[in-house]
Amino acid sequence: MQTVKSGDAVNAVTNVNRPQFGRRDPDARGYFGAYGGRFVPETLVAPIEELEAGYFAARADAAFRAELDRLLTHYVGRPTPLYETSRLVGAALPEVRSPKPGVRIFLKREDLTHTGAHKINNALGQALLAKRMGKRRVVAETGAGQHGVASATACALLGLECRVYMGTEDMRRQALNVVRMQLLGATVHGVESGSRTLKDAINEAMRDWVANVADTYYLLGSALGPHPYPLMVREFQAVIGLEARRQILEQTGRLPDIVVACVGGGSNAMGIFDAFIEDEGVRLIGVEAGGEAIVSGRHAARFAGGSTGVLQGTRTFVLQDDAGNIEATHSISAGLDYAAVGPEHAWLREIGRTEYAYITDAEALDGFQALARNEGIIPALESSHAVAYAMRLARSAADGTTILVNLSGRGDKDVSSVTDALRATGGGQ
Amino acid sequence: MGRIARTFDALKATGTPGLVTYVTAGDPDLARTAGILRSLDRAGADVLEVGVPFSDPLADGPVIQRATERALASGTTLRGVLDMVASVRADVKAPIVIFSYANPVLRFGAERFADQARDAGVDGVLILDLPIEEAEEFRGLLAARGIDTILLLSPTTTDLRLRKAAALGSGFLYAISRLGVTGARDAVADGAEEMVRRIRAVSSLPVALGFGISKPEHVREVGRWADAAVVGSALVNVIAEAGASNDLDRRVEEYVRWLKS
Repeated sequence: MQTVKSGDAVNAVTNVNRPQFGRRDPDARGYFGAYGGRFVPETLVAPIEELEAGYFAARADAAFRAELDRLLTHYVGRPTPLYETSRLVGAALPEVRSPKPGVRIFLKREDLTHTGAHKINNALGQALLAKRMGKRRVVAETGAGQHGVASATACALLGLECRVYMGTEDMRRQALNVVRMQLLGATVHGVESGSRTLKDAINEAMRDWVANVADTYYLLGSALGPHPYPLMVREFQAVIGLEARRQILEQTGRLPDIVVACVGGGSNAMGIFDAFIEDEGVRLIGVEAGGEAIVSGRHAARFAGGSTGVLQGTRTFVLQDDAGNIEATHSISAGLDYAAVGPEHAWLREIGRTEYAYITDAEALDGFQALARNEGIIPALESSHAVAYAMRLARSAADGTTILVNLSGRGDKDVSSVTDALRATGGGQ
Repeated sequence: MGRIARTFDALKATGTPGLVTYVTAGDPDLARTAGILRSLDRAGADVLEVGVPFSDPLADGPVIQRATERALASGTTLRGVLDMVASVRADVKAPIVIFSYANPVLRFGAERFADQARDAGVDGVLILDLPIEEAEEFRGLLAARGIDTILLLSPTTTDLRLRKAAALGSGFLYAISRLGVTGARDAVADGAEEMVRRIRAVSSLPVALGFGISKPEHVREVGRWADAAVVGSALVNVIAEAGASNDLDRRVEEYVRWLKS
């Protein structure tokens, strides 16, 4: 059990919820331990150096931070609530008859942000940076479509041209978000190569950037890619953990025992973990997509089935074959369906600070339904992985355990996928 | 002196611009790539770049992406490419440069790759997504085995990095004349001459200039400034169109003779 000295708690409570920058930087070459770096074609080296310099100048600029704070408060709707579930634990423990089992599950409600997922925190930060750097055009990739929607939103707000690359398989399963992006004035470009999912969308976005570096900003959506993206995306998402840490101290008087978040590229997880890294007694657990099974091509659990490699600019854990080609992935959730994990996750795991588990498609669907029926919240399929894992933890946790879950997004986009999946399995009557 | 340096010295001595050719190994399959390399050499290609197919070729345009897909579908791996190079080495007088993305080489093991590339008779290596800053250790492994590290320079490369590349590269410098992914274009980029001038100011290494070259007039135009022109996607297109037909080798040979005309 984790308790905090009262002085710390007061400090944390009175601390204003401003993103803190420059607290845990990688080394000068962008490495977190042996992971990260900058593995890009020569044409992108200069633009990435320009981006790095632009980012470091922006984060040191009080006016930039104040503008971001203003938008996070009045446009995004931060701070998002921290909500203690009332019936979810009972659903996880049907055999427990007591009115309230000792296990508590709290949800950090990123699903309640403007546009409905944590992605807006990063998209706004980077779009402001693009504007500050004098770029007029933004390209972005998207898997589930939430980052595409967030980018399209930020670009509409700031008057930037926006082109979003999206695999055609993802366009099919996240059709609602395609329409949203178009309504927001973005151009959605379908990507037909490879598995037609997130990885292929990133390749295509990078090809666009290589060809248009002078006026184009690449707004990468997760804690992935070449340095400084993993750092920058984490710092823009760190507001999640800062708020959640303060809120849980206010509501419970102590730190949580376990923090759980789903991990695709890993930005929502880095965002909530960051504030707890130094709280050594708090377990930090990332949940990957177990898909159908941990069999090549049928999952996206990089730590369960991957090894060290280089993909899309960064050295990290990837799913690859013996020849170093990237393997196909599968997940019911488009946002977790990706072959590499953010490099900082690989490092935090190596030094023993974070742990990783996986949840299968079927378990994620159970988590989705449990949260909908017991709490009246329809979660994104990505976030449902974290919910399902928290329910699994609740079954075996000691009495009095507090679990904090990052509910990274809402599930409107997944309604048709879930309906199809439930029909196929005969569940969800 | 390595085979690459000797080749460029000979070109300089005769005052003729060279031709560097790129093909994706394993398209349509490795046995036919071996035949293609022999044909290129017969037709007078001066340096043969052999591309290792990788599942995520993010610096390549559609033509080489499709070639990569065909090569992977035919079961091509880095191991197989090195074996194929070893099998043609005795028949081919032109230097051979392995052109790869980082991950297949890192998965193979950088040191093991350097050993086996030397044993296969590889003369140079260019890793597309291993910029100078990440390449130091690898460059040492190759140099110790007499293999040149070919560095790529782009219009966005700063003068500071040009000087670094001049100091660290060997064999020749590969300059790309335009931004963007690989692919044939109608005209050579306007900035090509300026690009070569900037490189000449800091380096005495030979310069090969690529991206967009498909016709004899491009080769001649590039030859006015650079030591060699690189033809990639246009040649890969010829191979794609010939496909599995019997006259693949002949068409490749004719195309390269035409380019050099």
